[in-house]
Order: sequence, then C-alpha cells, then structure tokens
Amino acid sequence: MKKSLFQEFFKGFWEILPPFRLVLGLCPTLAVTTLAENGLGMGIATTFVLFFSNILIASLKSVIPKKVRIAAFVIIIATFVVVVELVMKAYFFPISQKLGLFIPLIVVNCIILGRAEAFASKNSVLRSAADGLGVGLGFTMSLVLISSIRELLGQGTIFGFGVMWSGFEPFGFMAQAPGAFVSLGMILALINLVPKKL
Amino acid sequence: MEYIVLAVNAILVKNILLAQYLGNCPFMGVSKKTDTAAGMGMAVIFVMTFATFITWFVHYYFLVTFNIEYLQTIVFILVIAALVQLIEMFLKKSVPALYRSLGIFLPLITTNCAILGVAVLVITKDFSFLQSIMYAFFSGIGFALALVIFAGIRERFEISHIPAAFKDMSIALITAGIIAMAFYGFKGLDTSLKSILIK
Repeated sequence: MKKSLFQEFFKGFWEILPPFRLVLGLCPTLAVTTLAENGLGMGIATTFVLFFSNILIASLKSVIPKKVRIAAFVIIIATFVVVVELVMKAYFFPISQKLGLFIPLIVVNCIILGRAEAFASKNSVLRSAADGLGVGLGFTMSLVLISSIRELLGQGTIFGFGVMWSGFEPFGFMAQAPGAFVSLGMILALINLVPKKL
Repeated sequence: MEYIVLAVNAILVKNILLAQYLGNCPFMGVSKKTDTAAGMGMAVIFVMTFATFITWFVHYYFLVTFNIEYLQTIVFILVIAALVQLIEMFLKKSVPALYRSLGIFLPLITTNCAILGVAVLVITKDFSFLQSIMYAFFSGIGFALALVIFAGIRERFEISHIPAAFKDMSIALITAGIIAMAFYGFKGLDTSLKSILIK
C-alpha cells in the first residue's frame, strides 16, 4: 500500500516523530534545548538541511554508485550544512553564537543520514521532499516542546516572556545537563503511553 | 601540571558525553552490554586521538594557508570518514586480532558526533598541537568511562521490573541524567585544581 504525498508529509509529525519515535539525533536535542529560541533555531536549520539534501539525494540516486553512497550522502549533507552555517553567521549572528559547535554538527545528525539512507535513496523526488519537510518540521516541533518545558522550569520564561507567578523560584537543575537527560526521558515515557497509530 | 588539569577537566568535569552532550547516539545505541561498550570505548579513544592529530594539521597547514576556513566542516568530515576507512583496512590486514574486537564499531564512528565535535572544539579553543592531542585522548577516555559505567547499570535493567512506558530508551535517558548529576559534582575539583595551579 503506497502512502499519499499528504500522508508522507504528516508521518513526520507523529508516526516517526523524531527524536521520540525515531530515537536519533539526541545530541542537538539535549544540548541546545535550554531556551525555546535556541530549539526553534536548531529545528529550522536542521529542516533546511534535511529538505534540500533529501531532494538532491533523491534526484541523484541513479547516478550514485551503491558502494560509495554513504560518502556521497555525507558530502551532499555537509554542503548544505556549510550553507546554513554561513547564512546563520551573516544574518542571525546572536543565535549562531549560542548554537555554536552544534551547527557544524548537523552533518553527523543521524536523522538526516537516516532519512537519506532509508527514504530518499529509494523514493521519488517529490515524495522525498515531502518526507524531508515533514520529518524536519516534526523535529522542530519536538525541540520547541522540550526547550519550552526546560525554559519554563529552569528560568520561568517561554521565548523570553515571563509566564510564571512572581514568587516562582527557577529550577536551575533543568537548565543543566542532568535536567536535559531526565526531561527528555520523562517526555519519551509520556509519548510512549499514546499508541503509535491514532 | 597543566596537562593534569586538562586531563581531569576532559575526563571528569567536562565529560564529553555527560556535560557536553556529544556522542549520545552510540551512548544510547551500544550500551546494552559491558563488553561491547568497552570495545566501542576503545575504538573511540583510538579514532578520536588520531582524527584530531590529522585535522589539526589539515586546519593549520591547509585551510589557513589557502584562506578557506569556511570549508572546515566539509573538509573535516571527509578527512574523518577517509581516516576511519583507512584504519579499518589497515587493521584488517595487519592486526586481525584487534580488528575482530574493534572492527564492527569503526563504521559507526564516522557518524559519531563526538569525533567531529572534538576536532572542531580544539580549533575553536585555540589549543596548541600537544594540548589538542592530549585533550582528544582524555576526552576519549572520558567517553569510554561514562559508556562502561552506563552499560553496567543498563545490564541490570534486564532483571528489574520497569513500567511499560519507561522501557528501553526512556529509563536509559533518566539513568544517564542521574549519572550526569554525579559527574556534575566534579565541578568543585576543577576550581580547586586551578587554584593550586595559580599558586
């Protein structure tokens, strides 16, 4: 049974929602989610790379020899990452400073290589574009969710706006590394309670 | 003395897995058994030191000379991928015993963000050549240490009762959080070591 283009797009939002259903790409998920703004920036950068690398890989799939396909995918992905890196440095300097090391590390984000290998190298360009955009936006959504929770508990704000009552004592633990692991684990458990097929 | 501080920092205080969030995919992926975790740890120490050694030269004698530092990401990942392939072929031919124990982990290492992360990190931190190599080596040891501890705990999950929703990844992440909390305690060590150094 083949999925429609629409289903291909929407599966990234629930069925294979990264990083919860597809437990890949944990490093950026843990590292940059201290502020909602950072989570959003990282998500959009990853979506851009995922979308364009999926399109390019799907259109080149008959040209790339099977044996060197991983190396070819990595080069294609790395090219788009360099584009993102330069664009962010030129136009979004403050956020690129905050994300720092994790922008070049989009190259080794397993979600992108995983989609290239599992989907784009086997499907048409249009389907791969839908898949890339869906998974990318799903990832952005998850990052914003995790980082909003961490920002809310760690600093009492969301996207920089104070939303907690005045006597609220920020929960410093959430902004640190242990808080990242524990909050991701908790959200994962909550999502596991809901069945995969809605 | 400077190198002791660097070592303590890289292994305990700023542990690459638990404080810098690098290399978490293999951390979750190959930590189900202690011996596979130890094998992966060894492979990472080896490749990380070697890769940093090469990328440091590539950066200062190739990228800087030709003024193309903006291509750093693409050049580094290619160098690392080629290096991993070379190490794999070399080990297969000349040290088959080592290849049998590390071989299966090597392809996985190319997409381990800790390797690329450390290679980029030593450049951004402006480390000298010797500092870079030491930092990479000790970061690798820190990675192996955290991985083996984590795998040891995870083996126990097999025989314990865990609620269905928490099974597998979820409980693993929470455990990692608790280990990270323990490592967080080493922060004090860093300050006291630095104060000794200043005296």
